[in-house]
Amino acid sequence: MNFVALRMLTADRAKYLGLIFAIAFSTFLLQNQTSIFAGIMARTGSQIADVVDADVWVMDPATKYFEETKALKDTDLLRVRGVPGVDYAVRLFKGQPVARTPAGNFSAAIVLGIDDATLVGAPRKMLLGTWERLREPNSIVIDQAGYLLLFPGEPLQLDRTVEMNDHLVRIVGITDASAPFASFPIIHARYTEAVNFLGRERSQMAYVLARPVAGVTPEELTRRIQDATGLKARTTSEFRWDCVQYYLEHTGIPVNFGITIGIALVIGLVVSGQTFYLFTIENLKQFGALKAIGVTNHRLVGMILLQALTAGFVGYALGTGLAATFFEVFSLKIATRGIVLLWQSAVGVAVLMFLVVIAASLLSIRKVLVLEPATVFRG
Amino acid sequence: MTAVPELAVRCAGVEKHFGDGDARVQVLRGVDFTVKPGQLSFLVGPSGCGKTTLISVIAGLLDTTAGSVELFGQNTERLSAENRVLFRRRNLGFVFQQYNLLPSLTAAENAAVPLLAAGLKRRDALDRSRALLVRLGLEKRMDAYPSKLSGGQQQRVALARALVHEPRLIVCDEPTAALDHATGEAVMELLASSAVQPDRAVIVVTHDNRVFHFADTIAHMDDGRITHTSDRPPNSSFSAAHS
Ligand SMILES: Nc1ncnc2c1ncn2[C@@H]1O[C@H](COP(=O)(O)OP(=O)(O)OP(=O)(O)O)[C@@H](O)[C@H]1O
Ligand SMILES: [Mg+2]
Repeated sequence: MNFVALRMLTADRAKYLGLIFAIAFSTFLLQNQTSIFAGIMARTGSQIADVVDADVWVMDPATKYFEETKALKDTDLLRVRGVPGVDYAVRLFKGQPVARTPAGNFSAAIVLGIDDATLVGAPRKMLLGTWERLREPNSIVIDQAGYLLLFPGEPLQLDRTVEMNDHLVRIVGITDASAPFASFPIIHARYTEAVNFLGRERSQMAYVLARPVAGVTPEELTRRIQDATGLKARTTSEFRWDCVQYYLEHTGIPVNFGITIGIALVIGLVVSGQTFYLFTIENLKQFGALKAIGVTNHRLVGMILLQALTAGFVGYALGTGLAATFFEVFSLKIATRGIVLLWQSAVGVAVLMFLVVIAASLLSIRKVLVLEPATVFRG
Repeated sequence: MTAVPELAVRCAGVEKHFGDGDARVQVLRGVDFTVKPGQLSFLVGPSGCGKTTLISVIAGLLDTTAGSVELFGQNTERLSAENRVLFRRRNLGFVFQQYNLLPSLTAAENAAVPLLAAGLKRRDALDRSRALLVRLGLEKRMDAYPSKLSGGQQQRVALARALVHEPRLIVCDEPTAALDHATGEAVMELLASSAVQPDRAVIVVTHDNRVFHFADTIAHMDDGRITHTSDRPPNSSFSAAHS
C-alpha cells in the first residue's frame, strides 16, 4: 500500500508542491537564521580565537567581554608570571584609534599590540608579507577586510602608509584575521608602538596572555592565577563564551533572531500542518473507501506517516539545498566571511521539521481513525 | 473445502438508531433478512427507509443496536475490531453508487487494492486485477486513470475491485443509479454473471426497477423493516407495476 500512499500524496501536483514549499521555506529560514545567529555570536570572540599561542586570558575583574576592557597595571604582568605553572605570560594592548589613508579614507580600527619580543598573540595566517617585518619601526599588519575598507577596490599591496594619531605607519603584512563583530579593520602592531597610536592613554594593557607549563591544564592555571593575583583569568573557550553571553544579555540580537526563528517555526508548523490536514480531508473519501475495503487502521496510519515523512524529507532536502547555496554564495563575500551553514543547525532543523510533520499528521491521523467507513455509501 | 453454510446472510431482529434523546432516529426496527449462497438478492424500498443503513450493518461498517447479524455462520459482532476488519477484507466486496475509485491510481491499480491491502506483492496483485479487467471488457483501459474513464467503465473497474479477491459476499449500493439504462444493464449483466457463484452471494440496493429482472429474490423494505420478499419477476410487467 506504500505506493498507493505516495500516489495519493503526489496526485495533485499543485498541493504537493505547496506542501513541499512550505516545509522547504521553513527549513531554509530556520537554518539560515540559526546559522547566521551563531556566526554573529561567534564573531564576538573572533580575536580571542585567533590567538593560538596562549590558552589563558588574564584581565581586570571588571572586564566582561573582549571589546570593553579596564586596563591592567604594569605590575600585573609580573604577578602573573610569578604564578607557579605559568610557562610564559605576555601583555596584549587593545585600543581603538582612527586610521586614515593618504587618500582621505578613514575608519575606527581595532589595534592589538602584541609582545615585542615574542609576537605572541598574532593570528597565524598571512596572506601577504611576514610577521618578522613587524619588527621594523612604524610597521603594522592589517587584515584583508580592513585593507579593503581603507583602500576600496585596490589590489592587496604592501608598504602602503596609514596614519594613526599623527603616526605614519607602513603596512608590512596582510592577514585573514577572523571577522570581528563590528566590521572594523584589525591591526596588529608591536606593543611599544601600538601604545603610541592612541593619544591620551599612557598605557593600555588590556590582557595578559599566558600558557601553562606541561602537565598543568589551562583550567587549572586560570584557577591558580585567580587565587594568586585576584585578577580574572579565563581559558580561550571560556572567554569566548563570556563574550557570547554578554551579547546575548546586553543586545537585542537574540530577541530579533528569536522572533524570526519563532515565525519560521510557526509558519512551518501552521502552513505545512494545515496543507497536510486539508490534503487528508480532501482524501477522506478515499481513506473511507480503503477502510471499508478492509485496510486496517494500523496500515492507514502507516500510509499517512509515510506521506508526511516523504513530504517532510523532500521539503527539508530542498530547503537545506537552498540554505547551503545561500551560505556558499555569501561565504565568498568579505563582509559575511566565516558565516557558514552549521551542521548543528542542519541537524537541529531536521529534528524540528520531523516533529513538525509528525505533529501536522497527528490531526490527519485522528481524523482518519475516527472516520466511519459507512460514510462511503453516502453520496 | 468446508461445506457451504446454509445461509450467506442472516439478520434477526436487527435494530439501529442514530443519536440519542431528542436527536434519536430509529432507522432499523427489527429487520429479519436472509440471503442464501448462490443468490443475487435485491433490496428495494422508498428513499430513507434504511436500505443503506442495513447493508452497512450487514457489511460490518456499522454496529447494530439490537439483534444479530451472521455472515456464513459467523456472528461478526462477536469478533474483535481488528478481526472484523480482516473478516471484511477477506469476505466482502463493495460497489458504490459513486464508484469511489482512487483518482491517483490507474484502473488496474484500483482493482488491485483489496489484494494489496491483503499484503500481496504489487506485481502479483496487478496480474490478477488485469486478468479480471480483461474479462470485464476493459483490456484497452487498464492503465487509464478514473478521470479518463466513462461512468460505465468506472463502475466496471469498481466491480473488478469488488470481485478481485473473490469475496463470498458482495454488497452494492445503487450500482446503476449514475449510469444510463444500457450501461446499467451491462454492468448488472457482468455482476450477475461473474459475482454469483454457488458459494457466494450478492446484495444489491437499488431504486432502478429496469434491472429488477436480474434478481433471484427481492426484499421490500419500508420504514426500517422488511415487509415482504418476492422471487424474481417473471416478466417486465413486474417492472411496470413498480414504476
Ligand atoms: N449517521 C447517521 N446519523 C443520523 N441519521 C442517519 C445517519 N445515517 C442515516 N441516517 C438516517 O437514517 C435514515 C435511513 O437512511 P438510509 O441512508 O439508510 O436510507 P436509504 O433507504 O438508503 O435511502 P436512499 O434510498 O435515499 O439512499 C434516513 O432518515 C437518514 O437520514
Ligand atoms: Mg441509500
